[in-house]
Amino acid sequence: MAERLPVAVVTGALGSGKTTLLRSLLTHPGMGETAVLVNELGEVGIDHHLLRQVDERTVLLASGCLCCSMRGDLADELRDLLTRRDRGEIPPFGRVVVETTGLADPAPILYTLLAEPVLRHHFELETVVVTVDAQHGLGREEAVRQAAAADTLVVTKVETVEQDAVAALEEELGRLNPLASVREVSFGDVDPALLFPGPERRRSPRDLTPPPASDGARENKKHSHDGVEAFALTVEGELDWTAFGVWLTMLLQSRGADVLRVKGLLNVGATGPVLLNGVQHVVHPPEHLDAWPDGERRSRLVFIARGIGRAELEASLAAFQRAART
Amino acid sequence: MCALCGVLLTDHWAERGGARNRAFRVRLVNRVLAFYGLSLDDWGSAVYTLRDRKGSAVVVSDLASLWTESERMAGRPLDPLDPGLVAALGGVHG
Repeated sequence: MAERLPVAVVTGALGSGKTTLLRSLLTHPGMGETAVLVNELGEVGIDHHLLRQVDERTVLLASGCLCCSMRGDLADELRDLLTRRDRGEIPPFGRVVVETTGLADPAPILYTLLAEPVLRHHFELETVVVTVDAQHGLGREEAVRQAAAADTLVVTKVETVEQDAVAALEEELGRLNPLASVREVSFGDVDPALLFPGPERRRSPRDLTPPPASDGARENKKHSHDGVEAFALTVEGELDWTAFGVWLTMLLQSRGADVLRVKGLLNVGATGPVLLNGVQHVVHPPEHLDAWPDGERRSRLVFIARGIGRAELEASLAAFQRAART
Repeated sequence: MCALCGVLLTDHWAERGGARNRAFRVRLVNRVLAFYGLSLDDWGSAVYTLRDRKGSAVVVSDLASLWTESERMAGRPLDPLDPGLVAALGGVHG
């Protein structure tokens, strides 16, 4: 397969600084040739030869599952970018940045990139960047979903609040999504390389150190977002992949809306682990890695879930694994 | 169809290992479905037949649609965290 173009998703609540961030990034010399799909052309307010508007149209598929819906608008625009590039109507570009509205759920975007037959051969998700306003923090449910899907959480407008408040918010974000890196940005000023590290970085397993042991709802009630908690499962020994697949598909069928994120390294008996990365029902094709990042061949899975406890997940996974061996 | 199911169960992953792996998966799924009064047959290694105890049957082309159809036939969600199912699979819940 030819090299696929990286697609970065920039999302965040209304007023959280997405446009300021984007405007600043587009004028940064380190940004390279980037095609940008925005939902409101006027807001970015700069002339950029690869800037396009996309109206958010979500096509609900027959399954009726919202996160597995196809973003038809996005698919059309991405295909159009390829066509126009191939005809020489626009310059070659090395990346696409998709800015979404504040209410957008990132899962349909990921689903579109994975499931649309043309796009899946030409594009791959590079990263999900989510802006969080230091003044208002996370609020609505959409913001929590977005934050859970993030690879990088950008705390914006840090100049408007006390440093203690920024530190508290960052701690809260780290608890909610221990898989994401958290960066402070003032007036959109950030090196693009920190936000868009290339698809390889997304596949890097180094951020999979399990967060401190937590038993779901037990801790930090006052910081909980509607019962959303991050926790890690670790499993000693080899996992039966067939049983794991049956378990996870069944789990996501029944509880997918409450599994905001799952990312893991699995020991399935090969030399390296299998990397698993999913947002709600949408899971990237699992990948075999050549080696374990730390030599420890323990399966580890980080979940960001609502109303699901670590102990019940662990017991269920163990039961499915036992069933495979008996 | 969910990307997960499509990718995980009908793409290269699921069919890895060929017929033996497929048979093993059907056996494992049947351990789960038994708890809900359902069963699955592999029909010529091409499609599956999902049945309930009242004699209803439905053909599912792959395991992607299995959970949706099973839920419909069972008339309730199939939750892998259900302590009853966990116990039935030989687990020690809690």
